[in-house]
Amino acid sequence: MATVEPRQLVFPGTLLAEGRYEAGNNTYSECDKVFSSVIGLAEIRGNVISVIALRSCYMPNVGDVVIGKVVECIPTAWMLDIRAPYQGVLFASEYLPKPLNPMKEEARKYLDVGEMVVAKVLAFDRTRNPSLTTKDQGLGKVQSGTVIEVDFTRVPRIIGKRGSMISLLKKETNTQIFVGQNGRVWISGKTREDEALVAGAIRKIEAEAHTTGLTDRIHEYLVKGKKETEKEKEKEKEKEKEKQE
Amino acid sequence: MKKVLSMETKKLISDDGIRYDGRKLDQLRPVKFQLGILQNADGSAYIELGRTKILAAVYGPREIHPKHLALSDRCLIRSRYHMAPFSVEERKSPAPSRREIELSKVIREALEPAIFAELYPRTMLDIYIEVLQADGSTRCAGINAASLALADAGIPMLDLVSSIAVGKVEGQLVLDVMDKEDKEGEADMPVAMLPSKDMVTLLQMDGSLTHEEFIKSLELAKKGCADIYAMQKAALEEHFKVSTNNSEEA
Repeated sequence: MATVEPRQLVFPGTLLAEGRYEAGNNTYSECDKVFSSVIGLAEIRGNVISVIALRSCYMPNVGDVVIGKVVECIPTAWMLDIRAPYQGVLFASEYLPKPLNPMKEEARKYLDVGEMVVAKVLAFDRTRNPSLTTKDQGLGKVQSGTVIEVDFTRVPRIIGKRGSMISLLKKETNTQIFVGQNGRVWISGKTREDEALVAGAIRKIEAEAHTTGLTDRIHEYLVKGKKETEKEKEKEKEKEKEKQE
Repeated sequence: MKKVLSMETKKLISDDGIRYDGRKLDQLRPVKFQLGILQNADGSAYIELGRTKILAAVYGPREIHPKHLALSDRCLIRSRYHMAPFSVEERKSPAPSRREIELSKVIREALEPAIFAELYPRTMLDIYIEVLQADGSTRCAGINAASLALADAGIPMLDLVSSIAVGKVEGQLVLDVMDKEDKEGEADMPVAMLPSKDMVTLLQMDGSLTHEEFIKSLELAKKGCADIYAMQKAALEEHFKVSTNNSEEA
């Protein structure tokens, strides 16, 4: 028997269910009781009871697409900060189309410290650092645009139900947006203003993540933001005209 | 001068069982919790237990440095208890004293049983406890704040850790010992627990108690911990309640 309501706020040690329940994510079981291990919202699916964490750090999972930042270049690999307790390893063979001979050329030639890379987690079992790959469509070095960092627990909200929020952002601002599973978002638009507008909207989503009617408010925010940038542009044009006169 | 004299002669517990600061024997000082007050930390909490004021911050699980400290089967947990130079009446040297090093260890061992450290092998978790103002029971208040900071950081735990001290003052057992009672009393016994599991993670005693007094003290501490536990949960609820409203999540 479940002792909590779905979506109820639970704490470490809160009893979630007794009897024939399976312990899902962020829970643990003792005898036939299931308890929460973090602060979060209870979720019941069939006989699996789990908790959606409200605060958490990113843990790599095989298949996740993440945005990593190069922090170290070693002869045939790069170490990437992926906002997890473990650094990601991107081997040269997983990034370059041809083998890299460390005697002849430096890894830094291809990727330098501070650069952003969209990569997929190839393998991870906690005994070794997660290894990454860029050998798939849409993966590779971030060449343009802005990368912002968001709270990892807000990632599902930024994407929205079946990608509703992200498609709204893309449609309204005409930008390319990629949300990494580790809480980094890559925004690539025609102008810096577009990117700043999307970044502002994402900050708003992050702050108001668990409130109702957020999609509508974000829509309003974007429309308002666009009008303001247009006004500013007009003002600038007028100023230029005045100067010319 | 007159005032000082009157303070010295005042008894710690009056004849009708009222303590020096006006509390009953089994009454806690006013408690205030605040969460998430440090931007840079992964989790943070602040506690006021009467005049004791403590800030706790948690960083991690994060990459371990230096690498040779890494444990292959679990997360390395480190804690630092530190008293600010201005936390006590006479300036305390900011260098870690023998007492602070010992308390760091004791606090770490009180929190460790609650943490699922095996989920994060080869990483480390840092717990910083900074005493801003000390008026007794700083280790207990530190543990209370640190356990909230851990929860705020999203560290998986068995339960919150709650802690309180019981003392013996003028022959009577009192809950939540303040500085004056600690210094002038006969005994002081800090206890930390996982209240919903009924597990004790810290039990120290300074001074002397009879066997019966010890049993009674432990019962009193359990009651105190249960009260603290309720307040910790209320603080978490207060901080995270905005989140309960809804969702259109994927």
